[in-house]
Amino acid sequence: MSYVLIIGAKSDIAKEVARVYAKNGYNLYLAARESLELEDLKQDIEIRSGVEVKLVEFDITAFDTHEEFYTSLHERPLGVIVVAGFMCEQKIAQNDWNKTLQTINVNYTGALSILNIVANDFEKERRGFIVGVSSVAGDRGRKANYIYGSAKAGFSAYLSGLRNRLYESGVSVLSVKPGFVNTKMTQALDLPQNLTAQPQDVAEDIFNAQQRGRNILYTKSIWMFIMLIIKHIPEFIFKKMSI
Amino acid sequence: MSLLSWGMFPNIKNKIFNLRDEKSLSLYIETTDEFIPYGNGRSYGDSALSENIVYAKPYNNFLSFDEQNGILNAEAGVLLSEILEAFVSRGWFLRVTPGTKLITLGGAIASDVHGKNHHVEGCFSECVEEFTIMGVDGKIKSCKKGDELFLATCGGMGLTGVILSAKISLKKINSKNINQTTIKTKNLKETFEVFEAHKEKPYSVAWIDCLAKGEEIGKSLLMVGDFADDGNLEYKSKKKLTIPFNFPSFALNTLSVKAFNYLYYAKAKDGISYQKVDIDTFFYPLDAIGDWNKIYGSGGFTQYQFILPKEQSYEGLREILTKISASGKGSFLAVLKLYGKENENYLSFPLEGYSLALDFKIESGLFELLDTLDEVVLKYAGRIYLTKDVRVSKETFEKGYPQIEKFRAYRKEHKMDKKLNSLQSKRVQI
Ligand SMILES: Cc1cc2nc3c(=O)[nH]c(=O)nc-3n(C[C@H](O)[C@H](O)[C@H](O)COP(=O)(O)OP(=O)(O)OC[C@H]3O[C@@H](n4cnc5c(N)ncnc54)[C@H](O)[C@@H]3O)c2cc1C
Repeated sequence: MSYVLIIGAKSDIAKEVARVYAKNGYNLYLAARESLELEDLKQDIEIRSGVEVKLVEFDITAFDTHEEFYTSLHERPLGVIVVAGFMCEQKIAQNDWNKTLQTINVNYTGALSILNIVANDFEKERRGFIVGVSSVAGDRGRKANYIYGSAKAGFSAYLSGLRNRLYESGVSVLSVKPGFVNTKMTQALDLPQNLTAQPQDVAEDIFNAQQRGRNILYTKSIWMFIMLIIKHIPEFIFKKMSI
Repeated sequence: MSLLSWGMFPNIKNKIFNLRDEKSLSLYIETTDEFIPYGNGRSYGDSALSENIVYAKPYNNFLSFDEQNGILNAEAGVLLSEILEAFVSRGWFLRVTPGTKLITLGGAIASDVHGKNHHVEGCFSECVEEFTIMGVDGKIKSCKKGDELFLATCGGMGLTGVILSAKISLKKINSKNINQTTIKTKNLKETFEVFEAHKEKPYSVAWIDCLAKGEEIGKSLLMVGDFADDGNLEYKSKKKLTIPFNFPSFALNTLSVKAFNYLYYAKAKDGISYQKVDIDTFFYPLDAIGDWNKIYGSGGFTQYQFILPKEQSYEGLREILTKISASGKGSFLAVLKLYGKENENYLSFPLEGYSLALDFKIESGLFELLDTLDEVVLKYAGRIYLTKDVRVSKETFEKGYPQIEKFRAYRKEHKMDKKLNSLQSKRVQI
């Protein structure tokens, strides 16, 4: 069976996405920095599902290595899922340019760098799927995390353009916009239970949406309505709000 | 975010520590005054609730599998459903499973859960070869059958440490299908007779119509079964329906319970009938409806489960069923089961006899009713199941568990009693 390449495989969402794809018979490339730390997950997935799991070294901010990384995969993947993400507190990001840069590079520039290469390949082959995990934070800039949000906004716009371009060649592109998810990234936040998804559920949602060829996935789905409202608050009111 | 247990009562705020690696857990234990482990919250009551919770479910890697002997080593947050998804198609099944597969390995050990086959296979601890656990000193111990830590931990409701991983043995099966026999009985006497007559069958359970009165008290549908031999091992968890919100409380009244029980009971043919059903239908009928606990409304519900020694079971059950049917407080679910020999673990629930489990919506007057049922349970030398409990008194609890002092002394000796506590452990002082 074909390979799926997961970029940013160390995140909690990626771990569950990997398990879901493996359960459904796909082999995996798990790409991350210091990928050997994923040995436990590789073992776990091989026992559970009996598929092949390959750990591959990948740094999303080392842009000039991406071309070689992709062409050296021993078999081209059927699908690519970008889960890599970086978020630090807004206060820190706005006072430390390096943190701002890292936010942009992981969530936006790096993702584009690898997906440009993948998209050209898939377009030529006229097959494949691309999944990009963006965020509801990209739907509207808020004072609470607009640096992260703006990088995700850029990524969301990129994915929608890519979807438009690749439509003709039959390559599907899914934009995923999770709301709150209970992960390492959000560990310190006090999240409302009803709005917070578990990584397992997000992973199942992603798999189902991708298999059905859907375009945009909000998970949990309630976020679609929440963001619909937030997007439509007039700017002159919005700027005075704290949400 | 706060976590509730399955009964959604009590609703208390808690701080969650997600268990992901041993090092940070050790640090957490060192710096936290008091906490309790939490698996997947399928216990009904307050045994996994406290101000501080160690959420063990994220800790869920499979570590190794010995194909020859069917021995799986996995981290404590792995769900039983994940084990089935990985192994049924390879011809393996859990030796012991409760009525839901959505529980963690750690939760299964901490409650020493039982299944429809207790009378032949015993509790979950029977299939646990060894486990690792982090104590209140932040150190990892590994522990085998027969160790005191094993006796205290299996059934110990998370009060001896955080279970990290366990080696469990699976059993061979040739099919995902079960040959089921359904027997409709007219009253409690007949129900008991049928249970005894089918004692040799590996799986048995009865659904009791607990609103039946007079001559009909104890009438039930008894289901017995065993795995088929047809070689069909194709297994995938069914997609489930979900109940998206709490039902308004008027949806559940005596009338609807009556109607449900009536329909359920009427659906089965009179006398004996035979069916071939799959694993999910036979073992986990309730998992087919996700979040069914919300049926009881946002005020929550509880399950009352007690067990009585065999000689006293008939008298005791008659008395309790009479009280329940007179009270008019009903239950969708009233499950009666036959149990085999008791094990040596300090706080495991099962003993040789019969147990009944009933769901009740939390409402005024309920706890008073349950207190009067407690009296009957004690009169007949029975005990209450901690993993379903949210209200039993210290005195009632203690009388049912003769090894409680050993457990208390063990906790004290190893300084577990200060650091590891749930709302329940404080209420019944264990
Ligand atoms: C529909 C349904 C049917 C059921 N049927 C049965 C049945 O047939 N037989 C039966 O015996 N039970 C049954 N139960 C009860 C259920 O099996 C137990 O409550 C089980 O312990 C729940 O496991 P959990 O992972 O959800 O743990 P939780 O509910 O989160 O916790 C239960 C206990 O385990 C402890 N615990 C959890 N994880 C760990 C860990 N890693 N280390 C140490 N302690 C830990 C907690 O502190 C707590 O005391 C049923 C429950 C439901 C909802």
